[in-house]
Amino acid sequence: MPSFIEAAQSQVGRKILTGITGFLLLFFIIFHLAGNLAIFGDEHDMNRYSAFLHDMGGLLWLARIGLIVAFGLHAWIGISIWLKKRKARSQAYNVYSSKGGASKQGLSSRSMALTGIILLIFLVFHINTFALGDTETVIVDGREMEDLRSLVIETFMNPLYAFGYTFVMILLGAHLGHGIWSAFTSLTMKSKQLSAAIYSVGVVLAFLIAIGFLFIPLYIYFTGGCGELLGGCT
Amino acid sequence: MSSSTMTIHLKIWRQKNSHSKGRFETYTLDQVDEHMSFLEMLDVLNEQLIMEDGDPVEFDYDCREGICGSCNLVINGKAHGPKHLTAVCQLHMRNYNDGDTVVIEPARAAAFPVIKDLVVDRTAFDRIIEAGGYVSVKTGSAPEANLIPVNQKKANQAFDFATCIGCGACVAACPNSSASLFTGAKIAHLNKLPQGQPERNERVLAMVDQMQKEGFGDCSNFAECEAVCPVGISISAIAEMRRDYMKALFDD
Ligand code: HEM
Ligand code: FES
Repeated sequence: MPSFIEAAQSQVGRKILTGITGFLLLFFIIFHLAGNLAIFGDEHDMNRYSAFLHDMGGLLWLARIGLIVAFGLHAWIGISIWLKKRKARSQAYNVYSSKGGASKQGLSSRSMALTGIILLIFLVFHINTFALGDTETVIVDGREMEDLRSLVIETFMNPLYAFGYTFVMILLGAHLGHGIWSAFTSLTMKSKQLSAAIYSVGVVLAFLIAIGFLFIPLYIYFTGGCGELLGGCT
Repeated sequence: MSSSTMTIHLKIWRQKNSHSKGRFETYTLDQVDEHMSFLEMLDVLNEQLIMEDGDPVEFDYDCREGICGSCNLVINGKAHGPKHLTAVCQLHMRNYNDGDTVVIEPARAAAFPVIKDLVVDRTAFDRIIEAGGYVSVKTGSAPEANLIPVNQKKANQAFDFATCIGCGACVAACPNSSASLFTGAKIAHLNKLPQGQPERNERVLAMVDQMQKEGFGDCSNFAECEAVCPVGISISAIAEMRRDYMKALFDD
């Protein structure tokens, strides 16, 4: 019987861990998207949402630590799988091509490590821009809040940010396009009958997530922050 | 039966032994019959090479009827060539056109070192089987065949996995050179049957361990293995392997 540590390092254990962390990150990303869409609510909904998160205190830190561990583990195993494949085929094929059919090989599945590493780098900039960015203080519902909404709108008026974010969100969609199906298979939620359905659901979900995220910067940029969905400008 | 002949240009990997560096050699065959199998086409080439006092191209085969798993060429980058559900010994030249260039490489994986030309050493698979791909039974007079009832659905599933011929195309085609489809099929085949139950946990733990020790890569769920498998083993074999592994960990 292998110890827990040995089992976690086996090829099966590594997949179970990429799958679990992948799903955790997926749930986080969906939650994060729902929060972001608050920008289209009432003028201060996004600030209320931010204040609500900050009010959680200890719980918020627990979630943050969980996310750091999940991101770290996920990236570590993902990159080590990618490094291992070079060793497992020391001499590459001169001609190689997918046979199609049941194969899920494509741009999305072949670039998991690349899109993943870009997401990790993006994360650092992203936290620096919004979580650590300078915000004004506004009074909402009779209490002081950070005006995150204005920071977001200001940031995305800059084309560099608006299009940079859009690009990375397309990569996120690509990562999840293979990732969701892969995680289902890694966590053994797989049957011959459901395979095609799970793959399609994964691709559609990945697409919706990417569109949801990239709509915000593009909308702000193209409407100059004054779009109707944002309540217009006075 | 009338048949047409064609000219085929071959680019074949030649390698003296596992230590030497290989290279491509080009050959042209003029009178290739469309009804020839791919391996017969190579036989014709070898006869020609022997007549010219050359060194014939080594390639693996035995049954030539798609059941033994000996043949395993990678043709134009695809394990077993262009056709689905077809071992290369069952591939026919009618799938090619006059003037085609066909590139033939051995299955490439660090765990499958080249022995000569297109022949690779697949004993890593034997060692995975030795680790747990068997059931222990008492020898002696044969037991009554119907003594152990087998659920029909389970029997069918076990049979689907048991059709694996161990050719290694899954490893050859996998971008990570993973042996998960082979190992998964061998585990699932026995773990689904009542005869496989007593050793199910030891089996999955030992076979997964051996597969890793042999230097095969991790599985990234590309499913390329399923696409090239000459008998169509589903990637659900890999999901089964993971499920049985987890069960084994939590069952003592
Ligand atoms: C935005 C957050 C992310 C989400 C939602 C996410 C999601 C996923 C999912 C669901 C999988 C499939 C897991 C499996 O195969 O079992 C996966 C795989 C992978 N992820 Fe991520 N991921 C994220 C970020 C990252 C980051 C930052 C990296 C950094 C390198 C990364 C690298 C990988 C790699 C390499 C794989 C493929 C693993 C394999 O070969 O099976 N991901 N990801
Ligand atoms: S030679 Fe036996 S399967 Fe091809």
